[in-house]
Amino acid sequence: MQEHPMKVAILRFPGTNCEFDTEYAFQKLGHRTELVWHKEEKLPEGTDLVVVPGGFSYGDYLRSGSIARFSPVMKAVVKYAENGGKVLGICNGFQILTEAGLLPGALKRNNNLHFISKFQHLQVVDNDNTFLKHCRKDEILNIPIAHADGNYYIDDEGLDRLEANGQVLLRYCTADGEREMVNGSVSSIAGICNEKKNVFGLMPHPERAMEHILGSKDGVRMLQGFGR
Amino acid sequence: MKAIINVYLKEGVLDPQGKATRHALESMNFQGIKSVRIGKQIVIELEGDNREKAEKEVKEMCETLLANTVIEDYTIEIV
Repeated sequence: MQEHPMKVAILRFPGTNCEFDTEYAFQKLGHRTELVWHKEEKLPEGTDLVVVPGGFSYGDYLRSGSIARFSPVMKAVVKYAENGGKVLGICNGFQILTEAGLLPGALKRNNNLHFISKFQHLQVVDNDNTFLKHCRKDEILNIPIAHADGNYYIDDEGLDRLEANGQVLLRYCTADGEREMVNGSVSSIAGICNEKKNVFGLMPHPERAMEHILGSKDGVRMLQGFGR
Repeated sequence: MKAIINVYLKEGVLDPQGKATRHALESMNFQGIKSVRIGKQIVIELEGDNREKAEKEVKEMCETLLANTVIEDYTIEIV
């Protein structure tokens, strides 16, 4: 059992499709979960972590994540984050958090224009944050990616700020830890956090790496650190 | 009254769709292509005939939703 069980609020928009895997992942780690419909104006009482899961909210119309950010629940999430609450965005969730301005930069179409779906090695770039503190710096994790718009963009000045402040949390790499160009992301970035380090967005799907029989258990390794 | 909005990736932000399209055109032997940029056009029909007010409102629409100004530029034409 989890020593410090959290209450995890998992958002659902029309088109979200990873909410049940995300629920399974956090329940497996001993946390309580609650699905929250996008029309809710409040988050559940006592929420310790908000997860914006993957999928295709609003069919990815206009731009991935651009319409979901105007859902009523997102106002509550922005307020929650501004008050220091922890927010995790996975894949489409990462896109929504950048569109909402909770994370810097933007996610563009992959350079090769393909939907990329495969296991991918990731380097833990920084663990001086609430999310990856249980991982070692430079540890390599094997976690699936599945996206068409994962090509992270930020201007040079913004990248300098991210690096100086330890906000680059994950990079795509080879099994040996060499930086790898997967989708065109600036500096091979796979995941970042905000300046206050309470909002984390990543393109890979840790909730799909929870069982050896399904190829990897590294999602457990990543998410177990999220406890208080 | 109509607002015609064109949204493009900013200069200096790589446009992978434009690049792929350029290669396709070149492989068809079209020559002299300097670059191809792919964007989207959004047409909004508006009530009333106050152009100034329309321009102001459409600009706000672009800034908040229609364009992501981190990576995109937009142009507005009211006709």
